[in-house]
Amino acid sequence: MAKKYVGQRIKRNEDPRLLTGQALFVDDVDLPGMLHAAFLRSDYAHARLVSIDVSAARRRPGVVAVYTAEDMGDDWQHGPPLVSPPPTVKDIVFHSRTQVPLVKDKVRLAGEPLAMVIAESRYIAEDALDDIVVELEPLGAVVDLEEALQPDAPLVHDDLDSNLAAHLIQKKGDYAAAREQADVVISRRIVIDRGTAAAMENRGYVAHWNPKSQELTLWDTTQSPIPIRNGLARMFGLSEHQVRVIAPFVGGGFGPKIMMFYPEEVMVTWATLQLGRPVKWIEDRRENFYATNQEREQVHTAELALTRDGHILGLRDDFIHDTGAYDPYGLTVPLNTQCHAFGPYKIPNYYGDLKVVFTNRPIVSPLRGAGRPQGVFIIERLLDVAARELGIDPVEIRRRNLLPPDAFPYDNEIIDQAFVPLVYDSGNYLPVLEKAVEMIGYERFLKEEQPRLRAEGRHVGIGVVSFIETTGIGPYEGARVTVAPSGQINVATGVGTQGQGHFTSFAQIVADQLGVSPHDVHLVTGDTAQFHWGTGTFASRGAVVAANAIHAAAVTVRGKVLKLASKVLDTPEEELELVDGHVRVADIPQRSISLGQLAVLANPLRGAVEPGTEPGLEATAYFGPKYGATASGAHAAIVEVDPETMMVDVKRYVIVEDCGTLLNPLIVEGQLHGGLALGLGNSFYEKLVYDENGQLLNASFADYLLPTALEVPRAEVSHLETPSPLNPLGSKGVGEGGAIPVPAVFAQAVESALADYGLEILEAPLSPNRLFELLQAARVTRDA
Amino acid sequence: MKPAPFKYYAPVTVDEALAHLAEHGYEAKPLAGGQSLIPLLNFRLARPSVIVDLNNISELFYIRPDDGGLLIGAMTRQRQVEHDPLVAERAPLVHEVMPQIAYPQIRTRGTFGGSLAHADPSAELVAVNIALNGRFRLRSQAAERWVPADEFFVGLFTTALEPEELLVEVALPPMPPRSGWAFQQITRRHHDFCIAGVAVVVTLNDRGQCEQARMVFLSAGDRPVIAHQAAEMLKGHAPSPELIQAAAEKAARDEIDPGSDIHASAEYRRHLAGVLARRVLTQAFERAKARETGKSGNW
Ligand SMILES: Cc1cc2nc3c(=O)[nH]c(=O)nc-3n(C[C@H](O)[C@H](O)[C@H](O)COP(=O)(O)OP(=O)(O)OC[C@H]3O[C@@H](n4cnc5c(N)ncnc54)[C@H](O)[C@@H]3O)c2cc1C
Repeated sequence: MAKKYVGQRIKRNEDPRLLTGQALFVDDVDLPGMLHAAFLRSDYAHARLVSIDVSAARRRPGVVAVYTAEDMGDDWQHGPPLVSPPPTVKDIVFHSRTQVPLVKDKVRLAGEPLAMVIAESRYIAEDALDDIVVELEPLGAVVDLEEALQPDAPLVHDDLDSNLAAHLIQKKGDYAAAREQADVVISRRIVIDRGTAAAMENRGYVAHWNPKSQELTLWDTTQSPIPIRNGLARMFGLSEHQVRVIAPFVGGGFGPKIMMFYPEEVMVTWATLQLGRPVKWIEDRRENFYATNQEREQVHTAELALTRDGHILGLRDDFIHDTGAYDPYGLTVPLNTQCHAFGPYKIPNYYGDLKVVFTNRPIVSPLRGAGRPQGVFIIERLLDVAARELGIDPVEIRRRNLLPPDAFPYDNEIIDQAFVPLVYDSGNYLPVLEKAVEMIGYERFLKEEQPRLRAEGRHVGIGVVSFIETTGIGPYEGARVTVAPSGQINVATGVGTQGQGHFTSFAQIVADQLGVSPHDVHLVTGDTAQFHWGTGTFASRGAVVAANAIHAAAVTVRGKVLKLASKVLDTPEEELELVDGHVRVADIPQRSISLGQLAVLANPLRGAVEPGTEPGLEATAYFGPKYGATASGAHAAIVEVDPETMMVDVKRYVIVEDCGTLLNPLIVEGQLHGGLALGLGNSFYEKLVYDENGQLLNASFADYLLPTALEVPRAEVSHLETPSPLNPLGSKGVGEGGAIPVPAVFAQAVESALADYGLEILEAPLSPNRLFELLQAARVTRDA
Repeated sequence: MKPAPFKYYAPVTVDEALAHLAEHGYEAKPLAGGQSLIPLLNFRLARPSVIVDLNNISELFYIRPDDGGLLIGAMTRQRQVEHDPLVAERAPLVHEVMPQIAYPQIRTRGTFGGSLAHADPSAELVAVNIALNGRFRLRSQAAERWVPADEFFVGLFTTALEPEELLVEVALPPMPPRSGWAFQQITRRHHDFCIAGVAVVVTLNDRGQCEQARMVFLSAGDRPVIAHQAAEMLKGHAPSPELIQAAAEKAARDEIDPGSDIHASAEYRRHLAGVLARRVLTQAFERAKARETGKSGNW
């Protein structure tokens, strides 16, 4: 069937509402009798709770209730693990320790909630926090990843022998033998630091238990409304029918909003069940720095074994991954790191020793990229060092190692976040790389521009990297497509939406099947009363898993429409077409019937229907891919460095992306531009700085540096399309690709700009201050 | 992030405002643009029990000529100073610096006087007012006094203002003939508070020698730092690249006292201060010379 809308640059259906302030966000929910919550949080990262006295807070006028862990009785439980714990494969250690709603005995991270105040206003609630008297006995904090594993380190979880949360060794081929054969072995220690997602909208919950209807409604900034509903029902002994979770418009998810359950999410819900009045809590920005999950910190010791002509023989990547104080998200992030260190390259031998450690810091769970940027940084940095040592051009060494187009499906053998060996479904890597090389003008830059600029005293450099992005994993999503009597098409799906343009790209898919305009497709996402099967928005899977479920449902509805129209118009289905909201006879366009009229006919009020008839023009469908779709891309950048001031200016940035079939290039590019902003943050700006006591030193946007529109260059974007064979639309995810390779490109380009100094960048993010130190050290080495 | 409770007054005259301050003393805080004070309140780092809002006091919003110089009312929005032709003409250093302070949104609300009263050692206007020999008019219910800019800033976020006083006006004198100016800073992101910065005004005598060089460093200690020794080195000499380099190094090495924080070590700041001092002195002397060689026009 010809595609009229899929693949078109269509402006987003949702934007008029968003831009004119008409969209509902959690903080817009305002109910009669609504109360407001505030949380007392620990100032210490690691401490024993000796006593807590809330009596004065309870007496403050306007305060309705103050709760501590003791007040919760049997309702005080550890959160359930969010993902299934890893299966017992050989050599795996995994200790599941999940978060608690309020601290009972021991604080494990600064900002962990100790008590909740419920009051008539947020102001009063915050005033009452000052009335609470807490005695905490501070303990030594576990902050540094390597020190966490020292025998004398304080224990984050007293019942464990050490801070080791997990240990896993993955192998492929025989790395030791490959190392023996290698002409050169590159070994480096590489560190990646912590950042935060900094979604524009912080978390928020409004919970309302209606004692008369015995129904619980929760407006929640979650990326996973359905699992939240199911989990809360189980937690509080309610039936799923009694619980409705609505994730309305959400101002950015980026991963941390997949987490369940956040302590505040449980507490706000629990409080409304106690009080029978609606309770609201909106996270403020400072709380977000302490109470919302973060990601990225790892310390790697990595080794690449190569032949003289730059062919990779093997990779060894031993690393420590920080999971924070608890590990509800299992091994998803570090497994992604392991997988993505292979990149788009053929690496026959591998040995990877992964240790996950508990520290006294916020929980680590996926953050746009979810372990992938770290893996890409490792392999790309090693390749750059290898290229230098072997005297091979950095682009050329990549060309030599890319998987060829006939390699697919390519079984990489290493287990991924779904605990199955990662198979790359399809790809065509060399043209992607070559396109980036061409767009940035690589050869000319190196031959002409760089020497000319250098002669003028300027330090300008270039970087080019390739990467893959695993996307679109299962298990499944579902959707229901309905033709309304008005002719409007209603679509409901279970995934939540946080700005991805679902209201448009999903509408395009349906519009193509039913011959309507995407503007006539009305989508509901993230409301369990509308659709209650599904898992959520994560792992760049909306455009793969949910989109294909919607596609399948739309195809079925199209079949129903044609069948009924064929009867009504007395014409064989093959001679009918769906155009402009009508079914018409292809050769006699005036013989037609509107979809709305058909919908009415499909739902008669009287009379008899044939046995087995389903009413309406409606279908529900599910889609679960066999395994994930693997997208790929190449990024290139030209940067200028002022070696006097250490300021880095990104002059040009090129992104070439292959995310399979493009549903809407405009939306894909939006993802890439936004991803680049985060990637640049992870390269040069965004770093959470903790002191040795586990105190965060930059818990505000004055000191946690998000790049602004003035820092982020306008990316030049190009697409290649290698469809995924695993789904009918051929789509792959692209939600994270914009961010993933940026630190690697940035480091390569800065090294190229400062080639005179022989600088090596083995950390992300960099900063002017770090660059100053590195340059001072390089000057000393050079002058020695 | 909600402020602790406070009483709120919105006077419409300076006298009324001063009466509130006289009554409440240390308990009260004037509210100007709120771009620094409101975050302090929301973080509960400041807990005044009385807020005296100055935003309705129309007599504090103005820019006026004053001999060859300028008078600027304390509540004049930074955005207005930025776009004022008289400022561009008479205080080109201020004009050049204004767009570098924060973002347009912040400058639309933030005031000229608020930035000075806040006395952040990284604030552009603090350094610039010292470089320009600005003078500040302070009023209380009982009295009025003038304080020169270089005596106003007494420590970290601390000024000569008494709790019952308001900064009501800033006087910027005309720049002497054969003067040049420059300002440069290094910020992590565009428009952030700087990790190092320098404002300078230099004046040449009729033989092309440096008559005075007023170089003020930002983010170089707990208050703005005037490089007196560097100025001594330059005085009486024709500015050569070598001399400029030596003066810049002197100032960065011996005169400033930058601290370390998560954005920059003291060592890096010192290094930057030296680089920037060289750059601003070079530019300022060039401008002074251009002025000397007859490119006429008012400042
Ligand atoms: C995101 C952001 C970025 C910023 N970046 C910069 C920057 O790069 N450079 C920079 O210099 N500033 C920056 N600022 C600060 C901004 O310029 C403020 O406007 C300024 O520092 C304070 O001015 P205000 O009018 O907002 O004063 P307020 O915040 O209202 O007051 C500040 C303090 O001064 C006192 N005060 C104000 N007016 C008077 C008066 N007339 N008499 C006596 N006391 C008074 C108040 O009581 C208070 O203690 C930034 C602010 C923000 C929010």
